[in-house]
Amino acid sequence: MSTPIIHQTAAEMSADLASGSVTAVELANAHYDRIAAVDGDVHAFLHLDREGALAQAASVDASRKAGEKLHPLAGVPLALKDVLTQKGVPTTCGSKMLEGWRPPYDSTVVANLKKAGVVILGKTNMDEFAMGSSTENSAYGPTHNPWDLSRIPGGSGGGSSAALAAFEAPLAIGTDTGGSIRQPAAVTGTVGVKPTYGAVSRYGLVAFSSSLDQAGPCARTVLDTAMLHEVIAGYDAKDSTSINAPVGKMIEAAKKLDVKGMKIGVVKELSGEGYQAGVLTRFNEALDLLVAAGAEIVEVSTPSFEYALAAYYLIAPSETSSNLARFDSMRYGIRIGDDGSRSAEEVMNMTREVGFGKEVKRRIILGTYALSSGYYDAYYGSAQKVRTLIKRDYEAAFAKVDVLVSPTCPTTAFKIGEKSDDPLAMYLNDVATIPVNLAGIGGMSLPCGLAPEDGLPVGFQIMSPALKDELMYHVGGTLEAALQSKWGKPLYASAPELAVK
Amino acid sequence: MALNYDQALEIYEPTLGLEVHVELNTNSKMFCGCATEFGASPNTQTCPVCLGLPGSLPVVNAKAIESSIRIGLALNCSITPFSRFARKNYFYPDMPKNFQTSQYDEPICVNGYLDVTIDTDEGPKVYRVEIERVHMEEDTGKSLHVGGATGRIHGAEHSLLDYNRAGIPLVEIVTRIVPGTDKYAPEVARAYVAELRDILRSLGVSDVKMEQGSLRCDANVSIAPRGSGTLGTRSETKNVNSLRSVERAVRGEIVRQANRLQAGERIIQETRHFQEESGETRSGRSKEQAEDYRYFPEPDLLPIVADPAWVEELKAALPEKPSIRRKKLQEAWGVPDKEMAAMVNAELLDTVEETVALGAEPTKARSWWLGEVSRLANEKSVEPTSLIKPSEVAEIITLIAAGELTDKLARQVVEGVINGEGTPRSVIEKRGLKVVSDDSALMVAIEAAIAAAPDVADRVRGGNIPAAGALIGAVMKATGGQADAAKVRELLLKHLGQG
Repeated sequence: MSTPIIHQTAAEMSADLASGSVTAVELANAHYDRIAAVDGDVHAFLHLDREGALAQAASVDASRKAGEKLHPLAGVPLALKDVLTQKGVPTTCGSKMLEGWRPPYDSTVVANLKKAGVVILGKTNMDEFAMGSSTENSAYGPTHNPWDLSRIPGGSGGGSSAALAAFEAPLAIGTDTGGSIRQPAAVTGTVGVKPTYGAVSRYGLVAFSSSLDQAGPCARTVLDTAMLHEVIAGYDAKDSTSINAPVGKMIEAAKKLDVKGMKIGVVKELSGEGYQAGVLTRFNEALDLLVAAGAEIVEVSTPSFEYALAAYYLIAPSETSSNLARFDSMRYGIRIGDDGSRSAEEVMNMTREVGFGKEVKRRIILGTYALSSGYYDAYYGSAQKVRTLIKRDYEAAFAKVDVLVSPTCPTTAFKIGEKSDDPLAMYLNDVATIPVNLAGIGGMSLPCGLAPEDGLPVGFQIMSPALKDELMYHVGGTLEAALQSKWGKPLYASAPELAVK
Repeated sequence: MALNYDQALEIYEPTLGLEVHVELNTNSKMFCGCATEFGASPNTQTCPVCLGLPGSLPVVNAKAIESSIRIGLALNCSITPFSRFARKNYFYPDMPKNFQTSQYDEPICVNGYLDVTIDTDEGPKVYRVEIERVHMEEDTGKSLHVGGATGRIHGAEHSLLDYNRAGIPLVEIVTRIVPGTDKYAPEVARAYVAELRDILRSLGVSDVKMEQGSLRCDANVSIAPRGSGTLGTRSETKNVNSLRSVERAVRGEIVRQANRLQAGERIIQETRHFQEESGETRSGRSKEQAEDYRYFPEPDLLPIVADPAWVEELKAALPEKPSIRRKKLQEAWGVPDKEMAAMVNAELLDTVEETVALGAEPTKARSWWLGEVSRLANEKSVEPTSLIKPSEVAEIITLIAAGELTDKLARQVVEGVINGEGTPRSVIEKRGLKVVSDDSALMVAIEAAIAAAPDVADRVRGGNIPAAGALIGAVMKATGGQADAAKVRELLLKHLGQG
């Protein structure tokens, strides 16, 4: 029996579309059928844009028939995290606040996807305004991990990672402020990349923490993420923090199969206490494979990482408190209490009380406090200093090695509800991913096996210097090939069958 | 018994500081490409960025940076090598993001000054107004409160929001305390705003129309007992819409504060709104509880690093300072101080200069613009320059000088031009306003007048010169007023042997 088309990689679908063995409309419909069959259990999607997606697919098919030169990903379906605007399509950010809002404009990421002919199936679930590590903070209910439906799919981009693991889409877009692409990839056995800050335009990405947010590609293989990376990255005059430099050759890098002469640094501070034994086992096995592929492994120390989590939980909430101020019911979103008897201020208060969830309120309060006169220097000011120190740690490390590696997160997927009453335990899950955002460098998570004790996917993180994202693809592609040849098949092929309804 | 201004000044010493907001006249807004035209229909000049829609991002208008640097240079400021925008966080419905993107502790220009001259009892005196900072920010939208008695938000039935103004680039120019103004604080305030306005106009960076709000002045005033060496609590007066109001507002605030203190009351730190009709200020927003704006550097924008070579280029290309230009013009035209001041105050200096450049005699150019044209403009409540062009006024003045028009006829020509009857030439032609200067044509009319009134002519011949008035009048009537009366008189008297 041949592999069902939805189990193919994006690269394989691209080849089939090009050869004419499948049409974009058939491919989109196959995925909508899969979504109809399994998403009742998984709950990866918040909104499906069947009409828009099928129109885009039909247009790609027509262009192909007319002999037009198409982008390799033209006609390949994609799941879009609900934090990026798509003209006319609901964008909620997982919040009640934006229920019913249809943005009047496309984010630059979406504009780039449309230009390439990518078919956007719908919007995926997420922790409210991307705040969380489990997708439990969505106002629309949690997403379930396809490897074990009682477990979390990671967060904030759990909808995107679950859609990939459940074969509801071959490609997805995530956003990563402290690990929201990489941690969901790790716990669902998929691949997720946070590019260098400024590599992908933030225009149309509803801001959580402006200086940390970065959109990136998600897929089931390293090559697929590389293909998607090249579509969405590039300079955008609409984003002042966008980097004006040519996009590197990610696809080429992902196809390299050895790492001869490369120095790979293992971050001492990102292992040991607090890390699940099976996570470390699989991580160390992956290191052996990299050595076999020609790399030299050295241990690197980054002493300031100790303060990364604390700094992050001052900087991100500070920016959040300001970024989320605009949700005041005046121009869009829900409005509560406007019965003619209340002032604008009262309506704003009532709307924000109802519209925001607990975690979002917690961070707004934290950030408001951290920026307050008299506290600014001690909190926000000190956090920025830590940020500088972390950048210096990375600079010193990258002077010695080409890339750094660590487990993506300390544990495999935890149970839904297990940490929802303990925000600090939840925050600790991002301890290995947060330093990357604070330094603005690139980070990738790819699967390196299943933890022996629970049979759940383990993520392997590769960190590359700013503007050298191709190095992650180079090392990631090499490791993925070595792992698959060891296993005889990709990890995602081992995922349990979901009940089809 | 309430203190008047002089009495207040006997007891108290005033302290003055000024903040001026200038709307730049860039074609697009501070952080997006939206148009900035004044008076467009509500919410027609908006986009996701200036509406603060989720996901939108600002991009700094390069022209606004250039204008700000030029303003700083014209005010003798240092241009900082590194400046940044910050977010000023507070909630208000007309502010789309609920924070204002504004420069804060890292402004683009610092440490400048502007010298202004005012008339004092001891003659003209120069005051140096030190500029603390010039910084960029974005304007907010406008709220219109409907219903309720006051037009203010309290008691209104509902409010309308217009975001056309949201994101218009503003430059704020902040002075230090102006030392030693004493009783001349109101005059210094006015002279500073006037001089600043002229500089901004010469730079071409703003429309500087106080009445439209493109130049707004907040006057910070406090008073303290003479010789106490202390500073009193200040108030910040807004809504000052003309130069005259600047002076009145400062004066009125000094008197108000003095009377409060005399009555044993304290001064409340607050904003106050100037009332044009009464010349008084009305209490606004209290600033007693310092609002915490939670400023932090704007993460969506990069710092501004101005290339020193570019700044030097901008400096070299600055226009002549208005004070120097005024001096040069005054010397060239030979007009007295008072007339010069009148042109400046009427904002007609540029217009007069243009008219003179087109060949008009300076004194005449001044008197036509400030006299007849301004009178008609006042009647119609419009700007003089909207009625008639400098080239047309210059042409009329040239025709008068050539004897082709009398002043009286010229007024009719001006009226014709304003009525849209065409150029001065065509008005003269259509209305038949040419001066009758042909002696033989006049002689025919004079002889006819004499023939019609021989007895009057005899009296003139007999030496009764005033009697000639009747004959001159008859000639003028016969020529439809187009003859030069002096010429008629000369010819008539000569004809009757009295020339």
